[in-house]
Amino acid sequence: MRREPPQTLGDYAPLLFPAAMLTIFFVVPFGTMIAVSFFQRQQGGFYTPAFVFDNYARFLSAFFGGVLGFSLLLAITVAICCVVLALPFTYMLTRMGRKVQVVWLVALLSILSLSEVIIGFAWSTLFSRTAGITNILVALGIMSEAKALTPSFGAVLTGMVYQAFPYTVLVLFPALVRLDPTLTEAARTLGASPLKAFFTVVVPALRNTITATLIMVFIFALGSYLLPQLLGRPQHWTLSVLITDQAIYQSNMPFAAAMAVFLVLVTLGLVALTVIAGRKGEAA
Amino acid sequence: MSSIFRKAYFFLIGLFLALPLIVVAGVSVNQKQTLAFPPQGFSLSWYGEIFFNPEWRSALFASVTLALLSAALAVAIALPLAWFLWRRIAPWANIFQVLGVAPFTLPPVITALGMLTFWATVGFYGQPWTAVVSHAIFFVTLPLVTLSLGFTSIDRSLVEAASTMGADERTIFRTVVLPLILPYIVSGYAFAFVLSLNEYIVAYMTVGFTMETLPIKIFNALRYGYTPTMASVTVLFVTTAAVIFGLVARFGDLPKLLGAMSSDGK
Repeated sequence: MRREPPQTLGDYAPLLFPAAMLTIFFVVPFGTMIAVSFFQRQQGGFYTPAFVFDNYARFLSAFFGGVLGFSLLLAITVAICCVVLALPFTYMLTRMGRKVQVVWLVALLSILSLSEVIIGFAWSTLFSRTAGITNILVALGIMSEAKALTPSFGAVLTGMVYQAFPYTVLVLFPALVRLDPTLTEAARTLGASPLKAFFTVVVPALRNTITATLIMVFIFALGSYLLPQLLGRPQHWTLSVLITDQAIYQSNMPFAAAMAVFLVLVTLGLVALTVIAGRKGEAA
Repeated sequence: MSSIFRKAYFFLIGLFLALPLIVVAGVSVNQKQTLAFPPQGFSLSWYGEIFFNPEWRSALFASVTLALLSAALAVAIALPLAWFLWRRIAPWANIFQVLGVAPFTLPPVITALGMLTFWATVGFYGQPWTAVVSHAIFFVTLPLVTLSLGFTSIDRSLVEAASTMGADERTIFRTVVLPLILPYIVSGYAFAFVLSLNEYIVAYMTVGFTMETLPIKIFNALRYGYTPTMASVTVLFVTTAAVIFGLVARFGDLPKLLGAMSSDGK
């Protein structure tokens, strides 16, 4: 059956339910949030319809600037760590037998689907004084006494890399599977070591994929809302944590909404960059 | 890459991924209510706690109900949309594809806040069913992506043959398309189900003050200190996810679902 343009009104029927659901429960809530970001906040957690820029004006404070700068820096660090770790991993994974691949993919998907609450709890346990990794080091005689490794920046970073690593592998996977194996074979035949072939042939061939993956993992890391709270100190809070905090605990919906709108704009800008990087990849 | 290097690298990555879960599994069998590793004594009572303690049991029940319903609703939204986009040439309808993928691409806190302001404005804030709708929209991306992939793998000449033999649109869908697309419906449902089970922020911002799902329960419990039930729930969640994705891999083509085009066995 060829694809054909809808002929009668009845041909549009299948679209009716999905279109209505997505419009009512995604477009409208999104619009509501944008509207609320311009509302006037009242004492006691309420807000009234208005059109003020007060909530956006608060972005100009040093505190907000600090949180924004930290969020971006943290997300960039997470993205770089993940891609550096995941690229050789995924490359080798795609060259393995199908059964081994499936086992790893199931494991990665299971971790990826884990709640941030659970990842945060698991790492805070691993970094705790009484049940943590330092106990193993003490048992091995490397450390003299067990200590807590959280809250700290290192703990936040580790937790977020843990969360984003499976995502990074799954984003890289399709591109690496399609990578022509004759490329590396040719390099090997010409006498390059496996490591050299990887860095001189595979990495340059995937330059645009790597750029796009970095941006996608960056966006993913920007969305982390609990790990900085569970594993870090208040100075390690990111924009996502701050939005949650303002909306739930400070009951300042208009300010939370304004920050969310800002986060959307940052994300959309980055998605546009990803698409451009992807286009270049196709052209090359 | 040389084989030793590869094995060592995979071992280290595996260790990194497994270590927190091993410690949590160890902590979950402690005899007393202490956070200790290696575990002191051995007891499975913290697993029993999930099912026998009324608070944890009702959270488990809430989570499973929410996941079952919202995954079904997500598939109900994604299936007709994916079918329409495959069957018809209507470029403007792609806007709904974008809308379906957007909630999952944006940071989750944005969808959560959008839902919170929306439900508060229309006056249904806190009603359990609002979480079902919110999760369905949030996770509609997963069935949408798997189903779109499923439709592209259908040989159009099969449908054409059915059409030539006189089958109408409805019959074609029921007898030809549906059987071919079924594995993709199941995997889309499975993905949405597992993610909904684990989801925290959207559930928290929509119904967090009126009911507790398991992730909300764990987070609330974390704020008051430690109880080993958190550890046993974590192990339960990881196992559930692994079993479900294992089944998807067993009965479907996982590498293909995840975007690898060649599905021939190596």
